Amino acid sequence: MIGKETTAGRATRFAFLGLWLLFTAFPLYWIAVTSLKAPGDIFSYPIAYWPEPFSLENYRGLFDKADFGVYLTNSLLVSTVAATLATAISMLSGYVLARFEFRTKSALLMAALVTQMIPSFIALGPLYLLMTDLGLVDNRIGLVVVYVAVCIPFCTVMLRGFFANIPEALEEAAMIDGLSRFSALFRVLLPVMRPGIAAAFIFNFVNCWNELFLSVTLMNSDANKTVPTALNGFISSFNIDWGSMSAAAVLTIAPTMLLFAFASRHIVQGLTSGAVKG
Amino acid sequence: MAATSPTTGPAQTRRPRPATTSPGRGGRRREFTTRRGLVIAAYLAPAAIFVAIFTYYPVLAGGQMAFRNWKLTDLTDTSWVGLDNFRAIVADPAWGTVLGNTVVWVVGSIVPQLVIGFALALWLRRRFRFRGLYQALIFFPWAVSGFLIGILFRWLFNSEFGAVNDLLQKAGLIDEPIPWLASPGTAMTAVVIANIWYGVTFFAIMILAALQSIPDELYEAAALDGAGRTRTLFQIVIPYIRTTLVLTVLLRVIWTFNFPDLIFGMTGGGPNDETHIVTTWMIKTTQQGDYGRASALGLIVVAGLLVFAVFFLLATRERREVRS
Repeated sequence: MIGKETTAGRATRFAFLGLWLLFTAFPLYWIAVTSLKAPGDIFSYPIAYWPEPFSLENYRGLFDKADFGVYLTNSLLVSTVAATLATAISMLSGYVLARFEFRTKSALLMAALVTQMIPSFIALGPLYLLMTDLGLVDNRIGLVVVYVAVCIPFCTVMLRGFFANIPEALEEAAMIDGLSRFSALFRVLLPVMRPGIAAAFIFNFVNCWNELFLSVTLMNSDANKTVPTALNGFISSFNIDWGSMSAAAVLTIAPTMLLFAFASRHIVQGLTSGAVKG
Repeated sequence: MAATSPTTGPAQTRRPRPATTSPGRGGRRREFTTRRGLVIAAYLAPAAIFVAIFTYYPVLAGGQMAFRNWKLTDLTDTSWVGLDNFRAIVADPAWGTVLGNTVVWVVGSIVPQLVIGFALALWLRRRFRFRGLYQALIFFPWAVSGFLIGILFRWLFNSEFGAVNDLLQKAGLIDEPIPWLASPGTAMTAVVIANIWYGVTFFAIMILAALQSIPDELYEAAALDGAGRTRTLFQIVIPYIRTTLVLTVLLRVIWTFNFPDLIFGMTGGGPNDETHIVTTWMIKTTQQGDYGRASALGLIVVAGLLVFAVFFLLATRERREVRS
């Protein structure tokens, strides 16, 4: 089936791949073009697919009129810290789940799967009360700990898949040489695991960066808002200012997209290593 | 940019193994020792503590609200009301639409995602120049938040200044602009299209990785037996990657079910509540201040997904004779 490819087959293949690429890229292109139009040109007819004249007005407005720089910084801080912590914690749990057999193991894996089934809205009220008691409402640390908890289950399963692919002899040799299990994990396995850890970190980072409902619930002062919360604010006004919205969207998408561009190979490996091995 | 270099294979699993082998340890069973138990507990503790406090505790606390009267209008009376919240949900005339929409949303998204993702994976198996770059490019929707995808497509489907109507008119497919998000049928179509845009990549990547683990000998044997392309696909390829297919579909169904973000950003459930799915309906109920009923909706989601997961896994359980 994977044998020789006919010329016609080849042409069809590239035609479909090309069409799919167009379909994938167009919405992103369209939002970028809109963001670069002068505010007055966005609602002009006929619709222009190239911004003429180019204008950075929409972007300027975001930083002059709104605190978009603050929101970006908050998102960056919260996502980086949460993704780092979640990845580190999941490394420990993923390692144990890959290397040991014990009675509660399948129950724990089931509990991780169930967390994926729970709509986050069911937890919002009690979580808000809990965070109030802890004094962590409208506090970036509060958002970090909640995000860490959100990231752990899937990240654990993902890293478990990675650990399962690494021969156990590797850390056993290190332990015979006198390293403790913990230092064997960090000094011997960590370097081998680098792609998996990169994948897990990026996956966590993107999830935190994109999370909306928890941040809307927990962050309310302007100084603590994250980007999604700010975007949500833009949309609740009856008439959407599509110029500012597009510029904000581009600034929100760009960092995660850059991250994916540099590390897509790792992410792909990370996502697939667990499932393919089944 | 190493990630997009044309020579690097994408989802390559370094040591392809048949999908049936269990991970490395063989049958070696270790005896239980206190020390070993302590190691396990210590390594699991941080994860368990975080998830218990910030996920399971609030979820359980929220879950019991489903059986109580818990309204923003009167927070003093939080008495036990049994199944009243569930009865109120079912009695709501909109409930039928919400359920129907949820089915359309999940099935209408997952089936095309699976089919297109499978096709893309098959087409992507051969090496070609810039394949790595191509994969990185089609991976981008995955980096965009559901809420932003909603906003993106809301703008694309704008009836006057959106690109969709403009392009369709230029292509001569429609004469008049279609008010996509203003009428129920087209609005549901539009949100599903947006979700397909987002989800195909995940299927493509997972299936491609699985396809690359199929040993060449299997294809050669099939060719020797004179199996055509279709037969090879259905009798060799699909059974071989069954585990991946089942897990990917299961995970995507669960995630799609719990993905109100996109609809929330695109239509907000409108027009006239016609694009609500269960989870956006839950958001609306929360915003209306009826926390008891919103929690009941949440429990319905969890229960529905658990039942689905069990049936799906049973229905797709491996049958030995298929593989041998």
